Amino acid sequence: MLAIIASIALLVAEQRSNQLDFLRNTLSFATDTVNYFVDLPLVVVARLNDAMMSYQTLKDENHRLREEQLIKQMQLLKFESLEKENIRLRALLDNSFKLGEQVLIAELLKVNMVPYEHIVVVNKGTRFGVHPRQPVFDASGVVGQVFRAMPLSSEIMLITDLNHAIPVQVNRNGLLTIAVGSGQLNQLILPFLPSNADIRPGDLLITSGLGGTFPQGYPVAVVDPFTSKLNKPFAKITATPTANLDRNRELMIVWSNSIPVPFTSKMLDQGVEPKKFAHE
Amino acid sequence: MNDSSYGVGKIILSLFLAMCLRVLPLPPFWADFNPDWVLLTLIYWSLAIPERVGIFHAWVFGVLIDVLTGRLLGQNALAYSIVVYLCLKLHKRLRQFPLLQQELYIFICLLLSQLLLFLIKNLQNPEQLHSTFWLPVLTGTLCWPLVYTVLRFVRLTTRLKS
Repeated sequence: MLAIIASIALLVAEQRSNQLDFLRNTLSFATDTVNYFVDLPLVVVARLNDAMMSYQTLKDENHRLREEQLIKQMQLLKFESLEKENIRLRALLDNSFKLGEQVLIAELLKVNMVPYEHIVVVNKGTRFGVHPRQPVFDASGVVGQVFRAMPLSSEIMLITDLNHAIPVQVNRNGLLTIAVGSGQLNQLILPFLPSNADIRPGDLLITSGLGGTFPQGYPVAVVDPFTSKLNKPFAKITATPTANLDRNRELMIVWSNSIPVPFTSKMLDQGVEPKKFAHE
Repeated sequence: MNDSSYGVGKIILSLFLAMCLRVLPLPPFWADFNPDWVLLTLIYWSLAIPERVGIFHAWVFGVLIDVLTGRLLGQNALAYSIVVYLCLKLHKRLRQFPLLQQELYIFICLLLSQLLLFLIKNLQNPEQLHSTFWLPVLTGTLCWPLVYTVLRFVRLTTRLKS
């Protein structure tokens, strides 16, 4: 009887407010033990793999990575000048400019919380300054957002979760819409597009920056082939996320300055450093 | 005294392993079938040694599971407490049942637990649920003989008093 009252009290208390966060945080130390324990075999296997790798493989990989680094570096050089140019152009338009983002690399813990929800756990939490509603990326696109941050771990809701929606725009023409999770790891749904919308299979969807959670301009998904039915008011269009949602172990949690920094001509003179990377 | 605290260690360990099984990374198809190992373990201990494992344990581990799986705090606690209460009430009769008859009862217990979770989830935000939501009830029932045999073996080899 007491237990029932206590549980209902807990339920109501948490539904109403976030007063119970401290309790959840304390208990999370115990449950994180479980998470890390379950993850342990996979970590051991990965370590063993690293240790067993032959000299030749390592050399090859090193070579490949160095080449990749060189190419990326070149692209970055160009990117920097483009960014400067962008600042100047925006100054001409009397517009505000958003500063760059700070990144923290977090590792996925291979645990499965609830089968029908797309929520994953990573090994960085509030100890590293992670907070809810932070965007999360991988190397090829948007992964999701931080759903709940606990001291040693945090839960990340993937963009494909049934309860998740992300404001996007078509990269080709800037058409704004919202991509909703489908509950399947390889599919997003675009339910709010009229059937005569200018959208084609293969179009890249990028974050539009509306809503304030995700910074603008990151790739989200590629539109799937579809057949347009003109007799329906809304088109039924799906898209495939560009991020490797089910294969990645390293994710990037991003701090974006969600409030656009008002542009002043002073900033150019001071030579603002737009990119800051904080590796762990 | 020493013996009883040793027993508690075994019980906690079994529940810890059950929690690990609960969050085991399975491929999406198999994850739908993953039964509620913690509840099965709690049911077994409450039937076998009701003096030592009771509603308090059920409630504490319910809250822990809530934190582990990121649910609203208290919903698993509520479900576990009620199921374990029913098992405690009927433990004398249930122990006499053959395994098959026990399974029927376990099925009802698991269904009750899942139903409570479903109701709470619906109160929170009504949404569509896959029919796979109910699969763990079935697989849980099928897994009961396994849990029963393993935990009985553990209990007999470590001589936990019943």
